[in-house]
Amino acid sequence: MNGKETVVRGIDLRVAFRTEDGRRVRAVDGVDLEVGRGEIHGLVGESGCGKTTLGRALLGLVPLTGGRVIVDGVDIGELRGRRLRRARARMQMIFQSPWGSLNPRMRVGTAIAEALRAHRRVSRAEVRPRVEALLAMVGLPAEAADRYPAAFSGGQRQRIAIARALAVEPRFIVADEAVASLDVSVGEQILELLVGLRDRLGLSYLFISHDLGVVERVADRVTVMYLGRVVERAAADELFRAPAHPYTVALLAAAPGRFPREVRRAFVLSGDPPSPVDPPSGCVFWPRCPVGPTVDPSRTICRTEVPPPTTVGDGHVVACHFPGEVRLPDPVLR
Amino acid sequence: MTVATTTRRGTAWHRLRRNRLSFAGVLVLSGVVITVIVGPLLWRVDPIAIDLANRLAAPSALHPLGTDIQGRDLLARILHGGRVTLFVAVASVVVALVFGSGAGLLSGFVRGWFDTAVMRVADVLLAFPPLLLALVIAAARGPGVANTILAVSIPALPRFARLMRAQSLAIREREYVLAAWAVGLSPLRILFRHVLPNAVGPVTVQASIAAGIAVLEVAGLGFLGLGVQPPSPELGAILVDSQTYLLQQPTAVLAPGIVISLSILGFNLLGDALGDVFDVGSGS
Repeated sequence: MNGKETVVRGIDLRVAFRTEDGRRVRAVDGVDLEVGRGEIHGLVGESGCGKTTLGRALLGLVPLTGGRVIVDGVDIGELRGRRLRRARARMQMIFQSPWGSLNPRMRVGTAIAEALRAHRRVSRAEVRPRVEALLAMVGLPAEAADRYPAAFSGGQRQRIAIARALAVEPRFIVADEAVASLDVSVGEQILELLVGLRDRLGLSYLFISHDLGVVERVADRVTVMYLGRVVERAAADELFRAPAHPYTVALLAAAPGRFPREVRRAFVLSGDPPSPVDPPSGCVFWPRCPVGPTVDPSRTICRTEVPPPTTVGDGHVVACHFPGEVRLPDPVLR
Repeated sequence: MTVATTTRRGTAWHRLRRNRLSFAGVLVLSGVVITVIVGPLLWRVDPIAIDLANRLAAPSALHPLGTDIQGRDLLARILHGGRVTLFVAVASVVVALVFGSGAGLLSGFVRGWFDTAVMRVADVLLAFPPLLLALVIAAARGPGVANTILAVSIPALPRFARLMRAQSLAIREREYVLAAWAVGLSPLRILFRHVLPNAVGPVTVQASIAAGIAVLEVAGLGFLGLGVQPPSPELGAILVDSQTYLLQQPTAVLAPGIVISLSILGFNLLGDALGDVFDVGSGS
């Protein structure tokens, strides 16, 4: 983060659910996170690893079972009622599906106006120009305010969702797969818009994505999650150049278009991710690890002890007992 | 940018027109409703004026449907009675709709102990056959318009509550509701501006079908002497009255029966039509 001020900080965040049959699922299990001003922080990992839950927990959309969220130096957990809502609103979210994120029975202008007036007194006369200014900021014409969401395409809807988020003047936005459900060209425009807003407004993002190519291009730092825990974190160029956790290596090797097929095959992980209801002991990755106890039975430590975060470079942290053993081959394609 | 020009209202009307059966239902129902509302204004004969000289008169220009055993004009009695029956039925549905879906909406939104309490009460009410429950309430509270409304609406509450709760539970997880929380809107605003408008569709369908059932129950209570009281005409009461002289004056049984049947048919077809309009089932 290069000494810049921290906007949002999560400390030892935990989210646990109960399944229908009463078992406990630890969806997010002790995650620390720090996002600086103007930073785009990538969050990657396979589906079900807790990325979305972590993003929602930061905003209080799912209840935390442990840990603290600190926004601009204020511990959210110590606030109640209106002040809590106001502090939380400094964080906003852009959802994956632009089809579900807009109330179909509310005009676009009304939805944005509602957000504008949520925490500030805005006179009736001021509302319309400010709604139009927000629409302009996301590249939509003023007339869009008078229409219902059904009148818009996916990309336009995503712009509306961004305008609504901006209406409360946030400092930090969780973009949860914000471009994943859009056509590539449309997604590209939305991406450009998000990055442009970062530059203009000094916004910070938690950029949740399964598309490593997109993350590599926009993110300043990247966090890799596996089964509710952080396994690796580094500056984006460092992470993509020299990943130190075997899971990160596998994730990068599997990404389409980075390596020839033979390389991808060689790095494919065996088995499915284990159930978070009943996670493995020690390092949660050991049953699938290419350098773990399934390959080398002498490495019992992986099965017995949770690997502590280890610093392997400047701001490069890995949770692995044997970091850096698996290395990516030099990229051949691209 | 391209923007579609059709409004929501326009497409709803279009969908309604497309299904002929639904359209017929709406026509039948509006026919009945207009008849009982406008009819008494045009046919200004007193429905309770007794004329013993003209008992059981055959249909004529003076009495298009004939007269009953006390010489009262049957057309006037059907028009006024239909008005009373429909009013009481619709009123009881409105009561059940407001309180039942209100409880269900809140129940699904806040969950927790409130939800459990509401749903257990609904289970208890659902354990009784609706008509039986209505009979018990009507018998306990005595006859009359207000008590009939109460008797018919209470058994209808749990269905509205359950249906609305299911909608409320589903809608509260939608991303636009999460976005509303994230923006920091008040819970009341989220409930009434974001959850409610998107949850009402199926309940309106249920309301229409419940109105058909309510017509039958109001007439049933009237038939059993537990509903609206004489001399105020009411279709069920007219039916029970006239069954004793069925063979002498068949119109006295047929006419109220036809009005009851047409209203029930109309309400049910309207329910189907609303289902199409709101696209209930496809989840949008």
